[in-house]
Amino acid sequence: MPPVGWYQIFWMVVGLLAMFTALATVVLSLVWLERKTLGRLQLRLGPTRTGPMGLLQPVADAVKLILKEDIIPDSSDKAIFWVAPVIVVVSAFMIWVTIPGSEGLVLRNLELGLFYITAFAVLGILGLVLAGWGSANKYGVLGGLRSAAQLISYEIPVIMVVVSVGMLAQSLDLRVIVANQAQIPYALILPLGLVVFFIAGLAEVGRTPFDIYHAESEVVGGPFVEYSGAHWSVFFLAEYINTFAIAALVALLFLGGWSWPWQSAALSWLPALPPVAWLGPLLSVIWFLIKVYAVILVVFWIRGTFPRLRIDQLMAFAWKVMVPLSFYSIVITALYLFYDWPAWTLTLMSLAGLAVVGYLVYRRMMAPVRRVAEVKARQAAQLAERRAAREAAARQGSR
Amino acid sequence: MSWFLFIILAVFTLGGGLGVVITRNVVHAALFLLVSLVAVAGVYLILFAEFLALVQVLIYGGAIIIVLLFAIMLTRTAEYPYISDNRQWPLAAIAAAGVGVVLGAAFWINGVSQSTPNSPTFSELSNSLFTRWAIPFEVASLVLLVALIGAIIIARAGEDSR
Repeated sequence: MPPVGWYQIFWMVVGLLAMFTALATVVLSLVWLERKTLGRLQLRLGPTRTGPMGLLQPVADAVKLILKEDIIPDSSDKAIFWVAPVIVVVSAFMIWVTIPGSEGLVLRNLELGLFYITAFAVLGILGLVLAGWGSANKYGVLGGLRSAAQLISYEIPVIMVVVSVGMLAQSLDLRVIVANQAQIPYALILPLGLVVFFIAGLAEVGRTPFDIYHAESEVVGGPFVEYSGAHWSVFFLAEYINTFAIAALVALLFLGGWSWPWQSAALSWLPALPPVAWLGPLLSVIWFLIKVYAVILVVFWIRGTFPRLRIDQLMAFAWKVMVPLSFYSIVITALYLFYDWPAWTLTLMSLAGLAVVGYLVYRRMMAPVRRVAEVKARQAAQLAERRAAREAAARQGSR
Repeated sequence: MSWFLFIILAVFTLGGGLGVVITRNVVHAALFLLVSLVAVAGVYLILFAEFLALVQVLIYGGAIIIVLLFAIMLTRTAEYPYISDNRQWPLAAIAAAGVGVVLGAAFWINGVSQSTPNSPTFSELSNSLFTRWAIPFEVASLVLLVALIGAIIIARAGEDSR
């Protein structure tokens, strides 16, 4: 370990505070954006009364949440009830230590950054399980069990896709991964990885098609059922930070991070104007945020349009579709790297995998429809047969 | 600095281990185990083994403890929150003392070597893992696979007889 002086510790604390502030602002913006987007998708206006365009709505929400009574159930396991939200929110913040906002904007760049992120994301699951158990509520326990099963299952495809991206970039350092995408983003080279990572990431943060473990109509909020006021808002905060983290990771791993189209050409004339030397870094942060918010909008769009899966469908989808697909992505990446094939072969292979699996999933989804059609056809045939027999009998009778 | 950190981490490791044994509540025991395992990850960090530390957090801190809690929650711990007293503690004490003696003897004979810590890069580590140590690595994963299949078979056997 390099010698750590008070100077470094001071700057670390300042950086952490800046990160907390930035993330809190991001969460406020996400709450507003989600309410507005969902409103528009459902032909509503969303919040309009608090501030211009309802911009102060998240602030009002936050104040309401904090002022609410914080109830702790009598029969709950007090220690676990207190520790669970802390574990969830600490792991959510810990991830952000190494996620860069641009080339220089990172609290502490780690050589094993991606691995660090996956390791600490798993700790968050523990908090959910403990929250469910500690609140001494059967819906809480059910939700905790569901979250353990779901999140552990979807962790595997996430890690496997991360491994294949690491193989492509030959590094787990997020800055190196972005630098490698300066020419072509990995979304074009490995579209399969993007799809698997995005879907499994949605499941990891419990966004809508996969929000089984805190589904209101089934387990009444799951692990959060007994939480209220400030405690509940901590879970809420962690959920939004994690959503933002998944979107940021999608942008960093597959959409090229802060690199923008024709970057090298733009960079060649940008430093020529001396007073705007800081313009380059600023532009890259803005470009990164645009990408992240675009991914976030897709997440909200999915929330507004997809129905919730059933728990057995969810687990079957994880183990029968996502896990094999993620292993397939590792295999094709290894083939591509080992034989040094051109990049379009990898694109082709991953698109082929996606098409085959997509067709199989579509057939499986359409199975009930097909069965109904079969039954209807059989009934119609029987009916026609019976009518023909009756007509034949009538004809014989009349003769 | 590193001695200071080591002492703190050692206190957490041993305290967590002690908590696992002493506490009467199974879920609390799992949490104490988590404390102990994460503290061990910190020890790895002091030894410049960042990758090992992260693996420790990911596998033990995350996955293993979650699976433990999952198993605990599937049993009827809500009705029986306390560990039943059984007669196995002398056996456990003998096993623990045996391990302690072996470890102590190993340190006594070999001595604690004052090797300078070096941190291998990630690629060096993976190269040696998949070339020189490939067979032990594969054997370890095979052992895990066998245990997995064995567990499934044992679980299914009870189901068939019913």
